[in-house]
This record gives sequence, structure tokens and C-alpha cells, in this order.
Amino acid sequence: MRIVAVTSCPTGIAHTYMAAEALEQAARAAGHEIKVETQGAAGAEPLPPQDIAAADAVVFAADVEVRDRERFAGKPLVQTSVKRAINDAPSLIAEAEAAAAPAAGGPVAHALSELGEVDREQLAMDTAARPETKVDQQAGLGTRLRQWLMTGVSYMIPFVAAGGILIALAFLLGGPEVANKVNGGTFQGVEYPGVSDLSRLVVEAGWAGLLFKIGATAFFMLVPILAGFIAYAMADRPGIVPGIVAGLLAGEIGAGFLGGLVGGLLAGAIVMAIKRVKVPRGVAGVMPVVVIPLVSTLVVGALMLVVIGQPIAAATDGLTNWLDSLSGTNAVLLGILLGLMMAFDMGGPVNKVAYAFGLASLASGNLEVMAAVMAAGMTPPLGLALASVVRKRLFTPAERQAGEAAWLLGASFITEGAIPFAAADPVRVIPSLMVGSAVTGALAMAFGNTSRAPHGGIWVIGLIGRPVPYLVAIVAGTLVTAGCVIAAKSVGRTAPAEAEAAVVPAGATPATG
Amino acid sequence: MAEVITADLVDLDLEAGDRHEATRKLAERLVAAGRVTDLDGFLADVRAREAQMPTGIEGGIGIPHARSAHVTEPTLGFGRSQRGVDFGAEDGPADLIFLIAAPEGGGAEHMTILASLARRLVHASFREALRQAPDPETVVNLVKKEVLGQ
Repeated sequence: MRIVAVTSCPTGIAHTYMAAEALEQAARAAGHEIKVETQGAAGAEPLPPQDIAAADAVVFAADVEVRDRERFAGKPLVQTSVKRAINDAPSLIAEAEAAAAPAAGGPVAHALSELGEVDREQLAMDTAARPETKVDQQAGLGTRLRQWLMTGVSYMIPFVAAGGILIALAFLLGGPEVANKVNGGTFQGVEYPGVSDLSRLVVEAGWAGLLFKIGATAFFMLVPILAGFIAYAMADRPGIVPGIVAGLLAGEIGAGFLGGLVGGLLAGAIVMAIKRVKVPRGVAGVMPVVVIPLVSTLVVGALMLVVIGQPIAAATDGLTNWLDSLSGTNAVLLGILLGLMMAFDMGGPVNKVAYAFGLASLASGNLEVMAAVMAAGMTPPLGLALASVVRKRLFTPAERQAGEAAWLLGASFITEGAIPFAAADPVRVIPSLMVGSAVTGALAMAFGNTSRAPHGGIWVIGLIGRPVPYLVAIVAGTLVTAGCVIAAKSVGRTAPAEAEAAVVPAGATPATG
Repeated sequence: MAEVITADLVDLDLEAGDRHEATRKLAERLVAAGRVTDLDGFLADVRAREAQMPTGIEGGIGIPHARSAHVTEPTLGFGRSQRGVDFGAEDGPADLIFLIAAPEGGGAEHMTILASLARRLVHASFREALRQAPDPETVVNLVKKEVLGQ
């Protein structure tokens, strides 16, 4: 078995090293390979990412926070104090064996690297300068894809939490009309001009308006950060510029987080491709500072605007017209459809069409569509929050943190709270969300719920017609969402093709072995 | 670079009622050797570390230590106590006491020596040899041989 460990203590001159030595002795005595990173005063030599990727278990013997612990995300982990490692290292190693056992199937069989010599050198340089990404360069494409997405998601989650909670607080303090006070628009028949001069923000929209503006700004960066750090995981620092620009453009063309996800992958792939081009020595010097950022940003930007942007605009128009043509047909069917759309891309083009349809219906006096749309937009974060509590092992630590914030975000009809989960594992998560939201949309329609508010979630329950059935619809969708997510994540893991035991999220495997 | 430990810094018959007294007695040797400039200042730093979590570990070892501005060079003081001194380890008092003093902004090179010293302390054979050492010179040579490979 291969073990990696980190030891660290308050002063960093004694226990850190004693624990390291004790662990090394105990591991070798038990016939294991071990590498220890001592985060002490002599300076920490970071563990090579390859060793982390290859490890079957991770041991933290630390009395202070382990630095860059993100590197170990997804590994079976034993965590304890430095003293315990010094006093009783053998039993700690036994615990590491136990932790690794369910994930076993032996050491990870890596696909042979298809990289050439130059890339190997580049890889060595990259990994030295890049401690935070969790990418095992030798893994198969599917595994790497997942790791790229996870890296982007892990950088995005703080933005979701900060922005989402600020917006929710703004709703709580200032009522849901605060969104319209800041951005303009109509709420319950009152027309708000919006704040055009930010220096008058607090005067015109109050402190709640201030919270909303800050939260909305953090939210604005959500997709750019996702795309930027997906590209960063793929291509290191040169990936950040084209990735972030691709994410910003995804917002501009209304492509949502799925557009950003594609943009980030494109940006990373383009930079990787440019790096492969052999250039004369004279040009090599300006490659990283001028050529790579310039060319990659230009190419990915053009792709986003032309190749992706125009079809999305056309599809949006088509969907809108189609929904309009459905008005007046079976209400429950419409509820199902709106639910599916709300949960498909959480703020992306399909979601926006459904939401805009709700707004238009509201403006024309049909309050039922808005109620269904809002309820269906609340269940994705709520269902994921529930799933991450009920089946902790199926989620990474980062996702579980996102799950804690998702309760509030879901309750506030901030569907984006589900994005971290969906971006990390779209194939399993998005269909599950769609099923749950379809249930809620259908029930809200069947119950004849109405909403006079275009947003606000649970905080505008006073403006909802037949509130108790409305809550029933939301709870039902939440339960269905959680059930589907758990089922999808559990079933998917049993696939034998999943030879990535060592790199899937922490504890994702023990349930099914 | 001066030696990490010299015979002056070894007390094979350390008499102390508690960990503070044991630490003070060893620290006085460091002051006498010119390696610690301010006894009380240094002891305060050691106490601050000790207060975070006792430094005793199982197997009869106490390791009071600090990185302190009052330390001029990385130094090890060693004391052996017949009766033992409680350093908060779960299995009882410590008979081998290592006072590790590191300068505040010590370079990585200095720290590496202290790090390899700490690593040796885990080895039972090293502890046993220290218990058997007949005189301070033997202790100094043991540390040099085991830690510095000299």
C-alpha cells in the first residue's frame, strides 16, 4: 500500500519531525511505502502530485491546519494529532489500511501516458509550480476530465457561498423587492428605476441593497471563475486568461454555467495545443507572456461568440416561441416542462427561457406559471443539500460545504446553489435535478398555486396562493431530487470502468466497494 | 556554524521539581554559553509553546522548545532526571529532557539540523544510549554521530 502523510505542529521544530519519523518507521515495518511532507520550520517540501495521486491513503498528523489540503481531496483520510503519531504510529498505520481498504482493488492502474518527452519536462515544471490542482496527469481522460471540473468547482464554491448568502440576506432584510430596487424592474405592480449611480446605492436601496449588490457581483464571477480554473487545471497559469474570458463571454451570450464549462475546457485545450507547437528559440521567450495569452484568448473568444453564441441565441428564441405556443395547454404538462427547464442549466439559457416565460405570464396576469417556476428553481439546491447530509460519503468535502450553503440558497430561490454539484458531475447530477424539479413544477400546477412575486423563494410565502400545498410541492421535489442524486451517484460508482478509486471524492467508494 | 550541543549544555543529574524548573535549569546553561540572551524572555516563549499543548511524549521524553528572538543560534540542551519530571505525557514523567532553542528567523539550514535531531528522538535505540551515557561528552558524541553523521 502507498501512504502519503503530512505532519505539522505549532512551532514546527520538534513534533512535526518526530511524527514524520515515527510514521515512516511504522509504515515500513508494516510493509508499506510512505512519503511524508513535514510542514515545519525547515520549510515544507511539497509532496509530488504524482505521489499524492498514487497514494491509497492519506494521514494528517497535525495540530495546526494542514496547508493546501485541497491537494488531498478525494483520498481516504486518517486525521489525528501529532502526538498520537509519535506515541502510537503503528495503530495509525493500521487505521490508514482500514480507510484505504474499501477503496481498494489495489493500486490504481494508470493508463500509459501518451505524452511525449517535451511534455514530460513541461509536466515536471508544471507540477512544481502548481500545488493546488488535483490533477493526476497520468490518469485516463475520463478521470482527468473529472479532476479538471473538480478543480474549477473548488475555486468557484466560495463565490457561490459568499454571493448566494449575501443575496439571501438582502432578501431577508429588505424584502425580495430589493433586487428590483437595485437592478430596476417591476415588483408587485411597483415600477423601480434601479440604481444607476452606485454612490447612491445605500440611499436608494438601503443596506439590503448594498448586500444585494455585493452578492450579485460575487455571483457575476461564478462562471468566469469556474471556466478560468478548469483551464488552469488543464494548462496551468496560461489557462487562466482564456478561461476567465471564455467564462465572461459565456455570461454575455447567455450560455450560463454549461457554456462556461465548455469554454473553460476549450480554453485549456487550446493552451495545451499551443504549448505543443515547436517554436524557434528566439520566439520561445515571448510564448508565455505574449503569444499564448493572445492567441488562446482570441481563439476561445471567437469560438464562444460565433460558434457557441449564435446557436444559443437561436435556440433561446426557438424555445421561447415554443413555450408561448404551449400556453393554455395542459397545466400539469407545462409544469413538468418548466421544471425540467429550470433545473437543466441553473441560470443558463434554458433556465432563463423558463424564467422569462414565468415573468411574462406574471406580467399578463397569469400567476400560476410564476409559482411553478419558482418552486422548481428551489428544489435543485435543496435536494442536493439534503443528499449531501443523508449520504455524506457520496460527496467531496468541498461539496459538503457547498451543501451547507445550499439550504439557504435553495430556500431563497437561488438555483445557482446547485451549480458546484452539477459542474463537478453533470451527467449524474443534472438529470436528477430535472426529475425533482419536474415533480415540483407539476405539483405546483396541479395544486393551483399562484405567486405574485418573481423571486424571493420561501421569504415571499405570504404572496403565494395556497401556501401549504406549495410547500408540499417543494418538499416532494426536494425528496425526489435527493433520492435521484443518491441513486445516480451510487449506481455510477459500481461500474467496473471506474478504475479511478484513488481519485474519486473522499469516501465515494466505500458504499459500494 | 557552531555545534548544536556541547558538554556544557548537558546535565546528567538534573534535579527539578516540575517542568518549569527543569526548563529553567537547562536554559540557564544556554544563557551561560551565550546562546540565549534573555533568560526570562526565552522561558516565556517556551512556556507559551508548552501552554498550547504539553510537549511530553510517551517513552519518558520531554521536549520543551521554542523559536525565540532571544536565541542566537540553534541549540540543544539535554538533561537527565533520576526522579523524572512531568511533561504531560500520558504514560508518566520524563527522564530525558531536551530543550530545543531555535532563533526566531532561523534559516532552513539550521532548522534542518533540529529537524533531524527530532527525528532521532523517536528511535528507542537513541533514547537508550542517552540513558546509558556515562558522561556529557558521550552525549555530545552520540548526538553528533546520530544527528549530524559526524
